[in-house]
Amino acid sequence: MIRIEHISKRFKKLRALDDINAIFNSGQVVSLIGPNGSGKTTLIKSILGMIKADSGKIFVNNIQINGDPSYRSNIGYMPQIGRYPDNMKIGQLFTMMKDIRNAKDRVLDEELLKKYELEKIFEKPMRTLSGGTRQKVSAALAFLFNPDILILDEPTAGLDPLSSEILKEKIIAEKKKNKLILITSHILSDLEEFTTHVMYMQEGKLIFLKEAETLQEETGEIKISKAIARIMKGEQPGNNWIDKVFHVSAGDKII
Amino acid sequence: MLKLTRYILYDIVRSKIVIAYTLFLLTVSFSMFRMEENSGKALLSLLNIILIVLPLISLVFSTIHYYNSYEFIELMLSQPMSRTRIIIAEYAGVTVSLLAAFLIGAGIPVLIFSPTDTGITMILTGLALTMIFTSLAFAVSVKARDKARGIGSVLLVWFYFALIYDGLILLILFGFSDYPLEKVTLALSFLNPLDLGRIFIMLKMDVSALMGYTGALYKDFFGSTAGMALVTSVMLLWIIIPVWVAVRYFKKKDL
Repeated sequence: MIRIEHISKRFKKLRALDDINAIFNSGQVVSLIGPNGSGKTTLIKSILGMIKADSGKIFVNNIQINGDPSYRSNIGYMPQIGRYPDNMKIGQLFTMMKDIRNAKDRVLDEELLKKYELEKIFEKPMRTLSGGTRQKVSAALAFLFNPDILILDEPTAGLDPLSSEILKEKIIAEKKKNKLILITSHILSDLEEFTTHVMYMQEGKLIFLKEAETLQEETGEIKISKAIARIMKGEQPGNNWIDKVFHVSAGDKII
Repeated sequence: MLKLTRYILYDIVRSKIVIAYTLFLLTVSFSMFRMEENSGKALLSLLNIILIVLPLISLVFSTIHYYNSYEFIELMLSQPMSRTRIIIAEYAGVTVSLLAAFLIGAGIPVLIFSPTDTGITMILTGLALTMIFTSLAFAVSVKARDKARGIGSVLLVWFYFALIYDGLILLILFGFSDYPLEKVTLALSFLNPLDLGRIFIMLKMDVSALMGYTGALYKDFFGSTAGMALVTSVMLLWIIIPVWVAVRYFKKKDL
């Protein structure tokens, strides 16, 4: 469904994406993981056309993305930080999105809207919302138009445990409908229940893209979070984010 | 696109700045016409105020609006909506609201107190200047990275057209006063829409006699059909080129 060929992107001196190749198919739940600044969000934004890559091609449903925005009607996107027009009320935001997307002939998926009880606060202006409520609005919007591809950037960050659980259930339900779901998260345990593939990025490079089962077999760990940690430790030193986090060598001065 | 423009207009009206601008214009116009017995004189005073205030408001308001709707633009970009459509809808929304403000705030009083040829020319010039400075503001703000830079650059643009340009012209006129400069000044006035507007209205007011030989030349030129057509097309170019530049930048921009 999504094919990425030799994508590279530079921001001045920083190599945000370095020759990334990947294929994602329907029915997969791909967990995009890696340290901060490893290029996950840049990759997602390139798929959405919000960032124009310097070189390489991206195909969505076998059509290369170049200017024609219609492919985005198949994508539901939940941004890392949902920012919305301040003067708009929640209800108006949803009405506007439906209006703009010509949603009349589409089946709407209002499950999250109902489960998060957003309809009760339809009269609240967007600027008064807390971070968590904004996340809920973003999530409800991403699933609203029943897209075949879901791209969720840090979906559970900022959500309370209950809401986070609702979102996870929703993701599992959508996975059963044979959709492609791309998720980035730092909370690996959140991804455990539904991940089929793991894509690991570091400093703009793709380190591996593997099936979760292969990963489990290779490492002998059942938990994906542990499997990833083990993979990381097996890598050559210096290329290891988790090690760097825990490792404070004797020579290091803490100022 | 009309849908999008409608939502943008709605947002602008809610922000109340445009309403304040309308009220300001209304107050100024009514007080000018009340104070002066001679409506021609009142029109001239009004013209001078409008030529300073209108570009400033159009520039600053458009820039602030652009940066404030950044979230909205981001949201729209993740939808099946082309970039050209989004930026043109933004431009249309801002322009329409400012045009309406000018028509109500200055157009109505002028039509009541001085429904002459001169009055109508002034309204038309005001409308054209609004569109020109809004489009200049869009070109600058799409290019500038953040709000502070954007507003700074836009103020520089205003300084240039309202003050510095005239200084430069005077410098040229004094420096080369031994040569016949009538045609040169005529050509130079095309480089500043404010000057063009001013000359255009002054000639309608029959004060051109005060401007001596140059005035006679202007009258001869702007009075002819060819001259009128040229002025109109130059004004149109001043509107179209900056918008075109803004669209071009916006299409390549990473958001």
